[in-house]
Amino acid sequence: MKKRIGALMAVMAMSAAFAAHAQQPVKKAAPNAAGATDATTADFEKFRDVLEEDNPAELFEARGEELWKAKRGPHNVSLAETCDLGLGVGKLKGAYVQLPRYFADADAVMDAERRIAYCMVKHQGFKAEDLAKKPFSSGNYTPELVSLTTYVAGHSRKMKFAVPQKHPKEKETYQIGKEIFAYRAGPWDFSCSTCHGQEGMRIRTQNLPNLSTSEGALRAVQGWPGYRMTGGVMHTLQWRLNDCFRQQRFPEPNYVSPSLTALLSYMTVNANGQMYKGPGIKR
Amino acid sequence: MADPMKIRAQMKGDIAEIRVLMSHPMETGQRKDSNGKIIPAHHITSITVDVGGKRIIQGQTGPAVSRNPVFGFKVKGPKAGDKVVIHWEDNKGDKRTDEATIS
Repeated sequence: MKKRIGALMAVMAMSAAFAAHAQQPVKKAAPNAAGATDATTADFEKFRDVLEEDNPAELFEARGEELWKAKRGPHNVSLAETCDLGLGVGKLKGAYVQLPRYFADADAVMDAERRIAYCMVKHQGFKAEDLAKKPFSSGNYTPELVSLTTYVAGHSRKMKFAVPQKHPKEKETYQIGKEIFAYRAGPWDFSCSTCHGQEGMRIRTQNLPNLSTSEGALRAVQGWPGYRMTGGVMHTLQWRLNDCFRQQRFPEPNYVSPSLTALLSYMTVNANGQMYKGPGIKR
Repeated sequence: MADPMKIRAQMKGDIAEIRVLMSHPMETGQRKDSNGKIIPAHHITSITVDVGGKRIIQGQTGPAVSRNPVFGFKVKGPKAGDKVVIHWEDNKGDKRTDEATIS
């Protein structure tokens, strides 16, 4: 297992792109401010609830629906008639809250985005290299995969996370995720758990959830895919996790990398049993 | 053509609450791209709202309005079943009209 993580990290290192001018994260414990922090958090929750009534994420869901149903790609087929997200071909209700899961046709555990990208390549005939060229939203550009993921996630609104852990590969993926989460590396000798493995930590004014707990893990996966008001763009968990690697000064993962599936497996399984609110809105 | 709007219209007592979410880049004309070139202005310039065949709002908007904007109106008078028609035009001549029924 250790060896495999090393190999994964090495692959990621080859596609390295360090962010040189990112801000210095300052990490402080706030043991005495717990009460005040909770009040702030509660106020932010209220603020979010109001915003969610008119979430522009809906616009991306609408775009994703068109993409999902349209016959596209070199093979001229739609995802609706070919893509199985784990519950049967074209079945969307509750699919998002039950991913990542094992897929026999690919003999791999896949998260939502990796699975949709797999369908686009296998069934519609798109080229993986083309999809990976501009994987993240910026300005007025939104990758098709982002809209598609938002559409799929919208079908799990108000449903409980129920990520399966039956298949040996699903259990293995969770364990790999757990190891990557604790894997210290990079110029600052950081791991995910440096910031997200204990209670009461924050970066500047941002409270950091402890992802090893059930409530903390929910906070990490809740609200994604999310509409970011800064810049007015739609982002998914692939982008969010990528940003964590960037902030840690790690090499950034490849497009829909298995290492992200492993981390998502770790986080989502930890959040199992709690309600997913649907595509969210972020500051 | 522009993406469709999302319109919600609901009676709350004798007041109709209408909310509309529009898909638009709303470029101010003051931002620069990575090559330092100014990104041309592209924003909605006029909005009209008709309820039950009667024009109730005729408005002008400018570059200060956010991307993918949301507008909300409270209107006295209409009843459930009335049709809401919302129309916008932008400075490049693009336009869009969408309808909804008050519930």
